[in-house]
Amino acid sequence: MSSAFASSRTNGSEIVKELAFFAVIALLMSVMILGVETVDRPTGLELAVRWDLVLIAIGSTVVGRLALIIRREAISRLVQALLITATAVAVFEMFVRFRDMDDRWASPVVFDMAFGSALSIVLAIAFVAIVFAIAYFSMKEHGVAEVDESTKLSSKIQLAYRSNTKKIGLVGIIFFIIFPFLFGENRSAIDLATLVMIYIMLGWGLNIVVGLAGLLDLGYVAFYAVGAYSYALLSQNFDLSFWLCLPLAGIFAASFGIILGFPVLRLRGDYLAIVTLGFGEIIRVVLINWYDFTGGPDGISSIERPSFFGLADFSRRVPDGAIGFNELFGMEYSSMHRLIFLYYLILALALVTSFVTMRLRKLPIGRAWEALREDEIACRSLGINPTNTKLSAFAIGAMFGGFAGAFFATRQGFISPESFTFLESAVILAIVVLGGMGSQIGVVLAAIVMIGFPEMFRELAEYRMLIFGAGIVAIMLWRPRGLLSFRDPTILLNMSQKEKVAGELK
Amino acid sequence: MDWAYFLQQLINGLTLGAIYGLIAIGYTMVYGIIGMINFAHGEIYMLGAFHSLITFLICQAAGISGILPLTLLLMLFVSMVLTSIYGWGVERVAYRPLRGSFRLAALISAIGMSIFLQNFVQISQGARVKPMQPLVEGGITLMKSANFDVQLSYMQIVIIVLTFVLMVVFSLLIAKTSLGRAQRACEQDRTMAGLLGVNVDRTISTTFVMGAALASVAGMMVTLYYGVIDFYIGFLAGVKAFTAAVLGGIGSLPGAMLGGLLIGLIEAFWSGYLTIEYKDVATFGILVLVLIFRPWGLLGKPEVEKV
Repeated sequence: MSSAFASSRTNGSEIVKELAFFAVIALLMSVMILGVETVDRPTGLELAVRWDLVLIAIGSTVVGRLALIIRREAISRLVQALLITATAVAVFEMFVRFRDMDDRWASPVVFDMAFGSALSIVLAIAFVAIVFAIAYFSMKEHGVAEVDESTKLSSKIQLAYRSNTKKIGLVGIIFFIIFPFLFGENRSAIDLATLVMIYIMLGWGLNIVVGLAGLLDLGYVAFYAVGAYSYALLSQNFDLSFWLCLPLAGIFAASFGIILGFPVLRLRGDYLAIVTLGFGEIIRVVLINWYDFTGGPDGISSIERPSFFGLADFSRRVPDGAIGFNELFGMEYSSMHRLIFLYYLILALALVTSFVTMRLRKLPIGRAWEALREDEIACRSLGINPTNTKLSAFAIGAMFGGFAGAFFATRQGFISPESFTFLESAVILAIVVLGGMGSQIGVVLAAIVMIGFPEMFRELAEYRMLIFGAGIVAIMLWRPRGLLSFRDPTILLNMSQKEKVAGELK
Repeated sequence: MDWAYFLQQLINGLTLGAIYGLIAIGYTMVYGIIGMINFAHGEIYMLGAFHSLITFLICQAAGISGILPLTLLLMLFVSMVLTSIYGWGVERVAYRPLRGSFRLAALISAIGMSIFLQNFVQISQGARVKPMQPLVEGGITLMKSANFDVQLSYMQIVIIVLTFVLMVVFSLLIAKTSLGRAQRACEQDRTMAGLLGVNVDRTISTTFVMGAALASVAGMMVTLYYGVIDFYIGFLAGVKAFTAAVLGGIGSLPGAMLGGLLIGLIEAFWSGYLTIEYKDVATFGILVLVLIFRPWGLLGKPEVEKV
């Protein structure tokens, strides 16, 4: 938006007009949804008025718009950064005020926080500083010509990242391997790490479909659900062990992927997205309503926990004829053993996913996926069968979703359709997109940001999805191709020398 | 066969279909003009429902809810105006900067917008289901059979008549006015339309505003018809209305209405004669079937793939 107006210099009265326009818009948007709250009373719905929110909404819109005008006219870096920071603080204040307040005209909550405990002061300063820095440094200085792409900080980071991908990956893997030794006795840390790792695995699985093959799948959670339910049902009905069910769950999920994919993969991108969304919902509706088979909304409980590769058991009271894990290794019994084992299990599964993906990228099929993503018509003219190529990506992605699902079922010990809603698909998709489609390390970063942080800041739980939604939009606007994006194919003709080096190192 | 029961399902299906059709028009117009699925459109409909509910509560507090026509007109007007601004804002914030970007960016941004709006309403208005007392009561008994009376409620009449009127008005708007001409021009070739003096940005904004206004009417009807709304109603209604738009042929205005009516009828008959639990599966199943065998829909034209 800013570049389109960069050349026009607006005069004062036009700026006032524009600000007035946005003030009216903000007033109309907020007057009912923010300004009036519907309160449940025994006699029916009643209204509570919150004009403070409307005022803040109007104020922050006007100030924010003014900041954008100053940015696009390149008037002052400092002023626009200050205004943007003020807007951010005001928006924060507005959301804090959503909570019930006895006195709607009480002094701003941000003041209490800024002069409160040491921790809140530090957090407040950090918040303000980060927003200010981003606003300040993201604006081009007045009079300076368009900055050369390669000298920009972001592209420097990208280049450094690209040429060191292997090292970064290795450091990451080592960190995740020694993680239980660092936090071995901390139960919640291991739990959180396992949860993040599930999403990393799901992200990597979906990355094959979305990142490599360029097929937007909004129903990935369906395969996750198929994997989870296949393990749960196989283990309960046929008494099969986890290690036998794991590959079966993958096969089931992959078959579902093929059954779904075969008819719909001929569709164009956004149609495919809606159909996969529909498929995800169908699976969920069936899981809820097929009571005899799936247990309906009650789900399936007391799912068998995995053994130590069938050799030893993790429970305190070992069943007859089995050996306890602690006996096998001559250790004291600890309930942490199972958790740490589960952590390593999902780590191994995730690494397998990543490894297979990396190898597949170098095979003809992987090259075909990327080529198809870039230009389907060219691929067809070169004799690549688009349906089969897409189908293979879909099936392989689904298979990893199925593995993750089986792991999820055995870790939780309880599954119900509630765990497999559209929101879950959206979260996984957001991880892939935020990370930069096709980027493996990006997925890890995004999973830590999206799953790890919200779990750590539980008090913000009610705002979590709000920030999540706004974050997706913001990142799409800022970097439509993701944080660590290079959706460019693994190999390219006519690469510039720099990129060629980076490409070989990757 | 019990004709009374059949007739009742037909009436219910038409009512439901009218509501879906109104939402579907928003999808179809936006898809026609910029070729993207406005995933947040269901949320716009939900906002319309909330706006009309809050307007009604304000009328009640002001003591004018006794005058029914005035209350209904106020609800319609206020909800249309305020919801259209949300439609405008969504396009301005989340879609316009991405217009030249790759195809899926706008769709993902729309998903983010949808999640944002849902949670925005959840936080500001509460997660509980909002009840609303019936405003338009009573009806006509069309037919009496041994065990069943066919009822056509006044509310259903209002919904069907209002939908019909809006359809006629909007068809005329598209066919006769200069705004409609500009929209059709942008639909065919945006660059050329821009070169010939059509304000493309404004035309696209207007399209979003019109779609949102119609969705808000649907939201108001649902509030009055079912009497309960919550922040989550937009998702399912949105997907079903999108199905309707695809079924009728995306980009085609009469197609959206036809698709909406068909989806409404299918849902009503499916719940009436088969199982109520699987009615959503039926809708999605139809979507899949249509996309496989006739991706251009009933009234649409096959799209030629361009390099």
